Amino acid sequence: MHAFRQILKSEARLYLRDTSTLVLTIGLPTLILVVLGLIPTLRQPSPDLDGQSFVTYFTPSLLVVTLAMVGVNVLPTVLANYRERGILRRLATTPASPLALLLAQLVLALVGILASALLLAVVARLAFGVPLPQHPLGFAAALVLGTAALLALGLLVAAVAPTAKSAQALAVPVFMAVMFFGGVYLPRFLLPDFLAEIGAYTPPGVQALLDAWTGSAPHPLHLAIMVVVAVAAGALATKLFRWQ
Amino acid sequence: MPVIEVSHLHKRYGETVAVHDVSFDVATGEIFGVLGPNGAGKTTTVECVAGLRVPDGGEVSVLGLDPRRDATRLRQLVGVQLQESRLPDRLRVAEALDLYASFYRDPADPAQLIDELGLGEKRNTPYDKLSGGQKQRLSIALALVGNPRIAILDELTTGLDPQARRDTWNLIERVRDRGVTIVLVTHFMEEAERLCDRLAVIDKGRVVALDSPARLVSAVVPEQRIRFRPSTPLDDQLLTGLPQVTSVTRSGAQVVVTGTGDVLHAVTSVLARNQIIAADLRLEQATLDDAFVELTGHRLTD
Repeated sequence: MHAFRQILKSEARLYLRDTSTLVLTIGLPTLILVVLGLIPTLRQPSPDLDGQSFVTYFTPSLLVVTLAMVGVNVLPTVLANYRERGILRRLATTPASPLALLLAQLVLALVGILASALLLAVVARLAFGVPLPQHPLGFAAALVLGTAALLALGLLVAAVAPTAKSAQALAVPVFMAVMFFGGVYLPRFLLPDFLAEIGAYTPPGVQALLDAWTGSAPHPLHLAIMVVVAVAAGALATKLFRWQ
Repeated sequence: MPVIEVSHLHKRYGETVAVHDVSFDVATGEIFGVLGPNGAGKTTTVECVAGLRVPDGGEVSVLGLDPRRDATRLRQLVGVQLQESRLPDRLRVAEALDLYASFYRDPADPAQLIDELGLGEKRNTPYDKLSGGQKQRLSIALALVGNPRIAILDELTTGLDPQARRDTWNLIERVRDRGVTIVLVTHFMEEAERLCDRLAVIDKGRVVALDSPARLVSAVVPEQRIRFRPSTPLDDQLLTGLPQVTSVTRSGAQVVVTGTGDVLHAVTSVLARNQIIAADLRLEQATLDDAFVELTGHRLTD
């Protein structure tokens, strides 16, 4: 436990030192929000979006950017890099366990995602009048389960990728799929119905985030799918993970 | 009293046998070398000693403990520097040592270790700004920061320039002087000859010789060769009569004497008695390299 705290402290320091990744992961959704929010028509209520403004409609999808970046991009790259450098193996020769390093990375990923979500919600509320998530409990559940599903996918990528480069290469299609179905590339109302429907079931479950944000409880099935993905990918990653 | 006992170690990866049959003991306070070409099974052997791999056969005992069963206790007592092990780019020297020191019950003083390893001025330098030699010294420092009783160092000086290599050797000797037993994996003959009290020469997964570097050389390649230019004409009979001399030949003005044992002393005594001065005197001895060729039929480094 002592070693875990020290490793977490050290990893947090390294995380904060890497300014570009920090800005990209935590600040990017808010940055996109601000750029979109500066366009007046996007702030007007639109009949196409049930009377919501585009900014309001799009904010939950922006959250997907951070989830995808941290979960399937940064986490597996960092872990594969640590394995490639022999850091996990070196830790295995000390009284500390490489598992502590992995857990520390998961904690940091979670904290980064929560910080990003908080920043996004606060800026959206204060700058553009986007209401805060109207169903806080449902939103917390959707965010935590969606995050868990993506982190598990990230771990799976880290488990099978031998190097940091191959982790990045493997992460690209997963990342693209998450972003696409999460309605980041194209707003979901522009997607054909069946594609938008798929997005409800792919991690991180943007429909559940959207529902909770606008005030209805997320669909239990949507949440259940995230649990299944998290458990299945997590278990597979645990089985396949190589420490060296 | 051996601190490490390895007997009939056997390890394979799938169909490939990495270690056939390796046995050796390491005594307290010695620098023990594990020497052999790449792929000979050196690293696998020490990884089994360090408890990183499970042997498929044979026994390994470290400080009387089993590297797998007593892993938790041994990790406090054994420091390991693995081959090609790096750190995160932005981690600074002092931070790395403080972090690793925090894992141990009775660590060395990180600040003192930094000074001892000549990294004092680099205390706040991030890992990616260190030179190859400095990275290597930091890596050694991490293996020593837990105040281990045994340090296992794999390919210590690979990739270092000659000066950095000599500095590292001095450092290893100082560490040994503090009472740490050292297991050194290397494929550098010069390093093994200079540092090791005893050596296990490993080839194709087997120990082919186990002795001190000097005894290993003289046992395998006993012949020595003396060359000199005599100041006055020399009668070969003076030398061929000596029991240590096996042959005397001429190469221009040079006399070439081959022999065994203390042949140099015998020859110089005779020359002195006859008031002959040996100019350009040179003694050519076999090196560990030659011994290795004799033992295995191939060179160590190619």
